[in-house]
Amino acid sequence: MSAKPATITDAHSPPARGRLGLGAIVTIILRSLRRHAFSTSITVLATALAVGLVMSVFVIQEQANRAFTGGDVGYDAVLGARGSKLQLVLNAVFHLETSPGNLPWSVYQRLKLDPQVELAIPYAVGDNYQGYRIVGTTTDLFTKYRFDGTQQLEFYDGGRGFDAQRKEAVIGSLVAQRTGLRVGSHFNPSHGVTHNEHDHHHHEDEYTVVGITKPTNSANDRVIWIPIDGIFRMEGHVLRGEGRTYTPKPGVPIPDEHKEVSAVMLRFKHPMAGARLDATINRNGKEATLAWPIAAVMGDLFNKIGWIARVLELVAYLVVLVSAAAILASIYNTINERRREFAILRALGARRLIVFASIVGESALIGLLGAVGGFALYGVILSVAAQVIRDQTGVAIGVWNYHPVMAWAVPGMVALGGLIGVVPALKAYATDVATNLAPHS
Amino acid sequence: MPLLTINNLRKSYRTPDGGRATVVDVEQFALGAQQHLALRGESGSGKTTFLNLIAGILKPDDGSIVLDGADIARMGEAQRDALRAANIGYIFQTFNLLQGYTALQNVELAMSFGRGVDRAFAKQLLVDVGLSERMQYRPQQLSVGQQQRVAVARALANHPRLVLADEPTGNLDMRRAGEALAIIRELCTKNGAALLLVSHATDVLNQFDDVVDFHELNRAFDSDMRDAQSPTRAAAL
Repeated sequence: MSAKPATITDAHSPPARGRLGLGAIVTIILRSLRRHAFSTSITVLATALAVGLVMSVFVIQEQANRAFTGGDVGYDAVLGARGSKLQLVLNAVFHLETSPGNLPWSVYQRLKLDPQVELAIPYAVGDNYQGYRIVGTTTDLFTKYRFDGTQQLEFYDGGRGFDAQRKEAVIGSLVAQRTGLRVGSHFNPSHGVTHNEHDHHHHEDEYTVVGITKPTNSANDRVIWIPIDGIFRMEGHVLRGEGRTYTPKPGVPIPDEHKEVSAVMLRFKHPMAGARLDATINRNGKEATLAWPIAAVMGDLFNKIGWIARVLELVAYLVVLVSAAAILASIYNTINERRREFAILRALGARRLIVFASIVGESALIGLLGAVGGFALYGVILSVAAQVIRDQTGVAIGVWNYHPVMAWAVPGMVALGGLIGVVPALKAYATDVATNLAPHS
Repeated sequence: MPLLTINNLRKSYRTPDGGRATVVDVEQFALGAQQHLALRGESGSGKTTFLNLIAGILKPDDGSIVLDGADIARMGEAQRDALRAANIGYIFQTFNLLQGYTALQNVELAMSFGRGVDRAFAKQLLVDVGLSERMQYRPQQLSVGQQQRVAVARALANHPRLVLADEPTGNLDMRRAGEALAIIRELCTKNGAALLLVSHATDVLNQFDDVVDFHELNRAFDSDMRDAQSPTRAAAL
């Protein structure tokens, strides 16, 4: 070992490594985190919960909004019995809620022949299988219906559309997944659009699955499609068509005046058709309701319940503030016990700024660890939520689809942590070296 | 030319009753480069304040503290911090080791504030103080004597021109005190550092050729206390 005395001139400009003290700051931060491992862990967990909650609230809100109002469901409007447009859309498009009632078959026929109507598909509901709604319709669903612009319902290998004259069924991918039904499987529909565990009334009609549609990430994935004639003829069903009660007889064609539909799904050649029908049916008519445009009806719903989203956002922000307060408390409480440590560091030559930066850095690092944990927690929350939403509505939510909150959650929490850290850092900054280097002689 | 020159150094504190009490009032003091000098003084005589002023931890009310041509008294706090980190080693009576850090980390952290971490030199210092097998031990895992050795190694970490030692053997028994003092002096000599040590222990003071009675040096020292002290050995500056 050789003596290498420095000159005092060096003291005014020590090497950059020493002057910046970054290595020292990192060492001090990591040492403190390790020393207060328990309180640090709790604080990181609280921060992770806050970040995960905020991200989940924003993403679920945005994706649910987009799923119910933004996508092309393949139809411009829904025609149904006189009543609520929202109920009509929820029932016919999202296969939720009960049907507001039925319309005579002639209404469907008129719309089908309307030159401004590109596509009219009748829906008839009233039965379910294990809670999955059975919808009677025509084969136009498989040949003419398009969603998301150009996509049509596709079948897994070995599947096909039903034959309108047979007791055949096409099931959505989610139905197949949840019920175990496969092509060739047989099942008996139950009465009612919702599943009742105590009601074991199954229709005698037995249907055969002939096709399973590939996932559309829409409510169609949780529907069982059968010929509309099958709904009409389902054991126990009574038709009222134009008004008179009629019970279908096996082998006997059902006169059109007795047929009825729950809804008619419409696609127009031109938006003006929607405006014209809106005026004709909604303003001047009394028999039916036209829900048009579908996105606007759902948009109204989200606008009406928007305050719930605001409240959730507020709660999420409050949780973030609480977590920031937790960071503040956990660090602030250690400052008193660390006064001697700061005094020693200062006596060794650490500038006040190094002490200050190590506290701010520690606070920011807790924010960073919490934010990273929050990302993981968000993944868990969204996965569970997506599963529930998918099961309940058929709508698929992309857990890792980009949302701006993903970009600012981490830097935001780091910045907040750093900002909060300024308070205890100022306390540490003000530590008096001489009085904390006891004892005096 | 002395390494350290002090002239008309004064430091006072505000008292609880609103007045001011002068703790240090040194007209003149000098320490040569690589000189080893001991200050004799009892508790409460202002020795620690005097050392803190030299280290730049405290700013004097008046006077000059010139270390190798640079007047510490005229420097701002950041400059004093930088000067202390790079040029002054400080050994405390209670060692003041950082509890969460290993012996090696204590030395390296001191380096990081000065000329940058030199792990090889840090290890060499710990070897020199006889802690080659204890580098990864934390202070609470070391004996009192070993802790003092870590403090010595840390004080030499930045190749200081001056080492200040405030009652460095005050917490050690006689045998360990002798060993610690020998190590301090040996390492200061080896590294070309001057040593300014304060102590009230006769055994320690007897090891030095140059001993100054701090009570004589510090004009602020209470006359009653001055009478109570009996200097045994003093050396002229």
